[in-house]
Amino acid sequence: MFKVIDKSIINADEMVLNMGPQHPSTHGVLRLRIITDGEIVSKVEPVIGYLHRCFEKHCENLSYEQIVPFTDRCDYLASMHMSHSYSMAVEKLMDVELPERVEYIRVVVAELQRIASHLIAVGAFGLDVGAITPFTWTLRDRERILDLFEMLCGARLLYNYVWPGGVSHDLPPNFIQKTHEFLDYFLPQIDEYNQVLTTNKIFIERSADVGVLPLDVGINYGVSGPSLRASGTSFDLRKDEPYSVYDKFDFNIPVGEGLMGTVGDCWDRYYVRVLEMKESAKIVRQALDSIPSGDVHEALPKKIRPKKGEVYSRYESARGDVGFYIKSDGKNIPQRLKMRSPAYCNLSVLNEISSGWMISDVITVLGSLDIVLGEIDR
Amino acid sequence: MSISDILTDQFKDSVEFSDQQNCLFIKDPSKWDKISLFIKNDKRMKFNYLMCISGYDLDDGVNLGLAYNFSSTELKTYLEVRIEFAYLTHIPSVTPLWRAADWHEREAYDLFGILFDNHPDMKRILLPDDWEGHPLRKDYITPEYYKGMPVPKDKSYWE
Repeated sequence: MFKVIDKSIINADEMVLNMGPQHPSTHGVLRLRIITDGEIVSKVEPVIGYLHRCFEKHCENLSYEQIVPFTDRCDYLASMHMSHSYSMAVEKLMDVELPERVEYIRVVVAELQRIASHLIAVGAFGLDVGAITPFTWTLRDRERILDLFEMLCGARLLYNYVWPGGVSHDLPPNFIQKTHEFLDYFLPQIDEYNQVLTTNKIFIERSADVGVLPLDVGINYGVSGPSLRASGTSFDLRKDEPYSVYDKFDFNIPVGEGLMGTVGDCWDRYYVRVLEMKESAKIVRQALDSIPSGDVHEALPKKIRPKKGEVYSRYESARGDVGFYIKSDGKNIPQRLKMRSPAYCNLSVLNEISSGWMISDVITVLGSLDIVLGEIDR
Repeated sequence: MSISDILTDQFKDSVEFSDQQNCLFIKDPSKWDKISLFIKNDKRMKFNYLMCISGYDLDDGVNLGLAYNFSSTELKTYLEVRIEFAYLTHIPSVTPLWRAADWHEREAYDLFGILFDNHPDMKRILLPDDWEGHPLRKDYITPEYYKGMPVPKDKSYWE
């Protein structure tokens, strides 16, 4: 709507505007060097590294078991996904066969975590464009998921729950019933979010047609997860390369359709997340109904000492495709561990899709990409 | 014909496919720009999605390595390419082909000191611009001072 293509009509000097690293709208300690022409952005340069905690250097000095809490702290809004993906990589390296019950529990917690993470994404995106009430609502509902996780393992944010070869605790009594109660409560809430935020006229005007990410550009930049699916592809590892027990469940992959504007705009990226929460709830229900019995500590290895070799494993987290590249030389500590973080690649596309827009639209685009700086800076 | 056969047929001696590790080794790093163009554009390859570039140190004091993980969103195939080379070898950048490589290559330069040719904006990404050394190399020694401030080695400083 406001995209200015013909720059020759504006004769003003370019100015460098610094945004962050301490800024409420940059979702953490991200600094944006914005080169502007008046109010129009001509280039955005993300400056990252303010939260760099030497994750990969630490991993070269820690045994495989000790790395799990570190992975939790990478993406602190979806800790379960990080430790799950890391555990999957180690299991692939060691050829561990897991009991069925462990896989089901992992799927249940991963999907609950996905809902919790998307609730933050949806609420914070509303906050970025000026809607304050939905944020308090989504946090209120996320609190119930955190309560469930507290029941499960005692922690509310950083769980250290999924271990290579199993999980730390079995499901507590009543967990299944409480989770069903939560889902009964939660699904009608999504309709309320839709009424108050998704279909709000001001919200649509701020987000529809803004920051369109074409599919080929997204693929070229390595964008993944909901941000890429909003551009009109159904690329999702849970369907394409089913890991764990995802092939046993019936669910759909929401894809951006451009209902309010163009396919791949900020509104689509937002709405794909709303729809994904419904699908996750569906998976949780199916998994809880068919969860088998068994011992969750059965396959835990006494010591983790993989043989020489390399592994690259992929996992669909709330933000996209998490990859762990682990190189082992036969010791109990990895020789090299690299984490491919989805938000890192998603953020690199920011310059491409937000140049040519207003400064306030940069905030909209950034909010719709749903970045977590803990994972970008590692 | 499988992907490995096509590639070994096309580039003969400059590549070697390892079945055991399921990856393609590039023996001659200067050929990498031609090979990368081939795996991006050839209609039997179409590796349009670059997932990850991981640098690694072979820990023999001489060699560094790079592992590229590609996948094809159209053909649903997967390929890992590895290059191993001596310190200070220049590697052709693949950023013009896959923009995803931009930040990954900057990270490999930052943490391993791997030098890339034709990269549009080569500078450090995670560490400060004035950092000395490349910390993920195995021969990296933790400095005793950072800008005149002593770096505590004794744990009693923080415990």
